[in-house]
Amino acid sequence: MYKIDADFVEAVSHSDEFNANACMHCGNCTASCPMGLELLPRKLFRYVVVGLEKMVVENAETIYSCLLCKMCEESCPADVHIAGNVKKLRNYINTKYYKL
Amino acid sequence: MALPTDKVIGIMADNLRKRKNVIPLSAKKSTAWAEGLNLPRGGETVIYTGLLYQLMPGITGLAAKMASYENSFMRHLMGMGRLANKFINVAAFMGGAKPAVYKEYNRILRNIACLLQKSGVEFGYLYEQELYTGTLLHDNGVEHLVKKQAQRVWDVLQKNGVKEVITTDPHTTNMLRSVFPEMIEGYDLKVRSYLEVLAEVAPEATNPLNKELVIHDSCMYARYENVIDEPRQVLAKAGAKVVEPDYAGKLTWCCGGPVESLFPAKSKGVAEERVSQLAENGKQITAMCPICVFSLREAAEKRDDGTEIHDIIDHLSEAYCIDK
Repeated sequence: MYKIDADFVEAVSHSDEFNANACMHCGNCTASCPMGLELLPRKLFRYVVVGLEKMVVENAETIYSCLLCKMCEESCPADVHIAGNVKKLRNYINTKYYKL
Repeated sequence: MALPTDKVIGIMADNLRKRKNVIPLSAKKSTAWAEGLNLPRGGETVIYTGLLYQLMPGITGLAAKMASYENSFMRHLMGMGRLANKFINVAAFMGGAKPAVYKEYNRILRNIACLLQKSGVEFGYLYEQELYTGTLLHDNGVEHLVKKQAQRVWDVLQKNGVKEVITTDPHTTNMLRSVFPEMIEGYDLKVRSYLEVLAEVAPEATNPLNKELVIHDSCMYARYENVIDEPRQVLAKAGAKVVEPDYAGKLTWCCGGPVESLFPAKSKGVAEERVSQLAENGKQITAMCPICVFSLREAAEKRDDGTEIHDIIDHLSEAYCIDK
């Protein structure tokens, strides 16, 4: 069982720098990813939107593996700012967990 | 096993905090490329390197070390490395690049400056005052430090009365043109890449290339900064026939370089895939970012089939008979 963390939702999902609510789970992002990241961004961003912080942190390697190349954004029909969202998650982890 | 992300980013963050760069770089090494060019100090328009080409010898050396640590016990020592780095510059003890490597990257910057001059562009240079923009830490989400660095860069530019910069790589272009305006109130710097400038003003080539070049677009130029037509226009003026690979322009394929410092093996895999795509169209490949050139060249050398990766300025230098 994973705990839903409202503070996490508030800190990340409700910030101006994070937009994933428009994601319609079409899978274009995954299909076009040069790194072949299966988790990003569909599942990962859903974890954020519903507040599953532990699931997000357990997938830190995927979050930091993203090339930020924006190939996924070219094929996203919902104009989700995928690279910006990934940077926001990195920033959250850096601050809270890595104490940078 | 992956390198410890927190330690690797931590070392870069500590370096930026203490030493104003992710890999410390002396003023002498930062400015060596401009020796003998007699570029005016400062001015309203300056060339801005963001120190990325100057950092490349250090980055290439460290990338090799990181790749060797990735699956060895050495990765467990990176916590100690970060601690030591707070007091001494650990990078200085990790083996620097050979002088020829520094010369190679300096030559690229010299040729960019010379081609701009040959095209009638007037500009100065900030020499030792020029600062790194923080691009690597911006990518890795260390925003509070990048904001401080952005303010430092802006203060230097304002103190020198700079109104416009001509950048030499896509990452510095993106930081100065698109990232800093979000961080600094009243920021109104005009930013153009040297390729955008040359697309407008470069004369016809004195020694037309008359060859086919497969183009590799930088993600940063193509998708972040919309610099797609300009490199093609400049290459056309230089007499090259540009060959478009399947993934080009807005749909360019990444070189893998952005994750080289954290996940060397993954990075190399993406680079190898990209070189395969490019090589299907020809063996002479041109790229326009130092990180792309480094990543792709390493992958091309493994193929041992004559595939060559060159910085776009190498071809332009040939076309305009410049070789400094």
